[in-house]
Amino acid sequence: MSAAPSPSGSVLHRIAAVLPARYLAQKIALTALLLWGVATLIFVLVEVSPGTAADKFLNPDIPAEQRAMIIAKYGLDQPVIIRYAQMMGRYATGDLGVSLVQERPVADIIATALPNTLLLSLVTLCVIFPVGIALGVFQAVRQGTAVDSVASVGALFFYSMPAFWLALVLQLIAPSLGLPISGMNDAVMVDFMSPVERALDTARHLVLPGLAMGVASAAGVARYMRSSLLEVIRQDYIRTARAKGLSERVVIGRHALRNALLPIITLVGLSLPFLVGGSILVETVFAWPGMGKLIIDAIQQQDTPLIIACFLLFAVVVALGNLLADAAYAVVDPRIRHQ
Amino acid sequence: MTRIDARTAPPPPPLARAGLLWPGLGHLLTGDPIVGLGTMGMVGWLAIAAVAGLPRLGEVTGATGIAWSIHGLLATGSWAGLVVACWALAWQRTRPRIIDPSAPRSTWVLFRATFRRHRNGMLGLVLVSHLVALTLLTPLLAPFDPAAVDAGGKLVAPSATYLMGTDEFGRDVLSRVLYGARVSMVIGFIAVGIAGTLGTTLGAVAGWFGGWIDRVVMWCVDLLLSVPRLVLLLAIVGLFRPQGEAAIFLIVTVLGLTGWMGVSRIVRSQVLSLKEQDFIQAARALGMSSGRIIGVHLIPNAFAPVIVYSSLAIGTTMLAEASLSFLGLGVQPPTSTWGTLVADGRHKLQIAPWVALFPGFAIVAAVMGFNLLGDGLRDALDPRQRDEG
Repeated sequence: MSAAPSPSGSVLHRIAAVLPARYLAQKIALTALLLWGVATLIFVLVEVSPGTAADKFLNPDIPAEQRAMIIAKYGLDQPVIIRYAQMMGRYATGDLGVSLVQERPVADIIATALPNTLLLSLVTLCVIFPVGIALGVFQAVRQGTAVDSVASVGALFFYSMPAFWLALVLQLIAPSLGLPISGMNDAVMVDFMSPVERALDTARHLVLPGLAMGVASAAGVARYMRSSLLEVIRQDYIRTARAKGLSERVVIGRHALRNALLPIITLVGLSLPFLVGGSILVETVFAWPGMGKLIIDAIQQQDTPLIIACFLLFAVVVALGNLLADAAYAVVDPRIRHQ
Repeated sequence: MTRIDARTAPPPPPLARAGLLWPGLGHLLTGDPIVGLGTMGMVGWLAIAAVAGLPRLGEVTGATGIAWSIHGLLATGSWAGLVVACWALAWQRTRPRIIDPSAPRSTWVLFRATFRRHRNGMLGLVLVSHLVALTLLTPLLAPFDPAAVDAGGKLVAPSATYLMGTDEFGRDVLSRVLYGARVSMVIGFIAVGIAGTLGTTLGAVAGWFGGWIDRVVMWCVDLLLSVPRLVLLLAIVGLFRPQGEAAIFLIVTVLGLTGWMGVSRIVRSQVLSLKEQDFIQAARALGMSSGRIIGVHLIPNAFAPVIVYSSLAIGTTMLAEASLSFLGLGVQPPTSTWGTLVADGRHKLQIAPWVALFPGFAIVAAVMGFNLLGDGLRDALDPRQRDEG
């Protein structure tokens, strides 16, 4: 089995070869259809939930004349069909609308929150995969031993743990570790920090939320890796490699691991949306200023444009994750050809 | 081939008789520690329930304690049933085991034999059966009324009287965890029941009819999978903001309606391969209607992976419910689940960590039990794992 070509130019070439323009165009069309579906689903949910269109978005304390002004401004008194058509028209031109609560463009609000969530998710992603893969391989080569059994139950223990509860446990032990338990930066000192200090401070703030989010996923990756490697080890070419007298290190490291990693690569792309989604709970506990807090506030305040935009964003992340998984898989597995 | 019957079968080890004194002891001494310790533990719960709960059955009509309500009846009935089950298990161990190597072995027998050898799966079975037993016995076991305020002081640390301490209103955490278990478990089971039924039906219909029906169903699957489930749940519950009892119904329904996609994919792919097999062609040639073929042939044959998936799904569903309740968008007071209990303890975490910690351990144990069970079932149903000897 040959590995991916090493020069980066040929990797791009390979992606272009396996993901031809027609395939990409088809994917994009399907994604657009899904985005339409997501927007429609949320619009319908908002419409059928109790309360009229106007009172959903307005604070009951707002004086009547101001209320009438806002209703007129956002067209909240229009019939459902008109509002739906207007909304879709806006989305078609790439305009996400204006938040009804913050009175700011939705795109701006998301632009401030998204990088924080991406930082948390990507750092976590970079840690959970190496750790999970290492643990999974370790277990697979010791399949059936007491160590494997203990590690399996241990991994399952963390896999079964609610992220919010782990977050609380981490907060409980944080003081003894000397780690901060909320926010992204020290609230008082942040204005007096140099960029380097600020980055270090953020890194310190990242540790506990990252752990709370990552432990369960790393355990999941380990479970997946273990069964994937065991599946490969059963195959004939591994028996052949062993029969040739190769050392176990070479058999596992060179022959088995490469093929066993294929499904894991798909998992990287697929786990991105789960991380973004899973960050909601962790962000809430650690007061991390990201998408989690944003979407919970938006739901609580029934800020429809913001809710729909968040959902569209999640759907785009899922689609990108899938595409990334396809591309990565195609690069490492020469058998794949997308027609 | 000699026929093997009770007279020629090897006698069971005499130590198995110990199980008649304390069910499980026989299994433990004759080389089955998981079932042994599991059953011994179960008898332990039954004993505690008898000592702590049965005397209280006398105060039948009191406002607190156990009234002869449906809960009291269910608890006493389950207690009796579990006693019979435990001793039956112990007695069975003392009987000669009739193993006829020449007899044909059915799939079910093979499955059971494989599952029994799966250490983690059996561990899961023990965990889940304990959980179900505790849920059923709760009115007998719970030392206090879960809603009784200020039973013996606020935020009392775990002690002999309050094994898990008390919360900020002086309610007994152990009793609240036990009663919360019932709500969490029932929500998990019903939601997975809805999801499983819906997913099986839609998957079978999509796979059988194909064409545009298939495309529409699979598009719905993609649509619902394109946003994280928790976010969708939050949006629906947050928009409808149900109060009181309505909250539980809405949450169960919504958990069910957002959990069927995996099942439908599995069933659809099973149906696609079954569809080409001879017995389905025969059924078609006999003029059976599509509905009958789906109901009589396709779904029963595609059901094994659904069981596995459902066991794993109960775990994730309980986690989803706990997360919703933790965020304050789930089950509303006065009803509480493990998620709301953790949320209640959150603000007193630093001074009274037990309030949030114990319900969390309960969630981990329950979810882990269902995951272990699901793993075991999956491996036992996988023919490659089977030892056909």
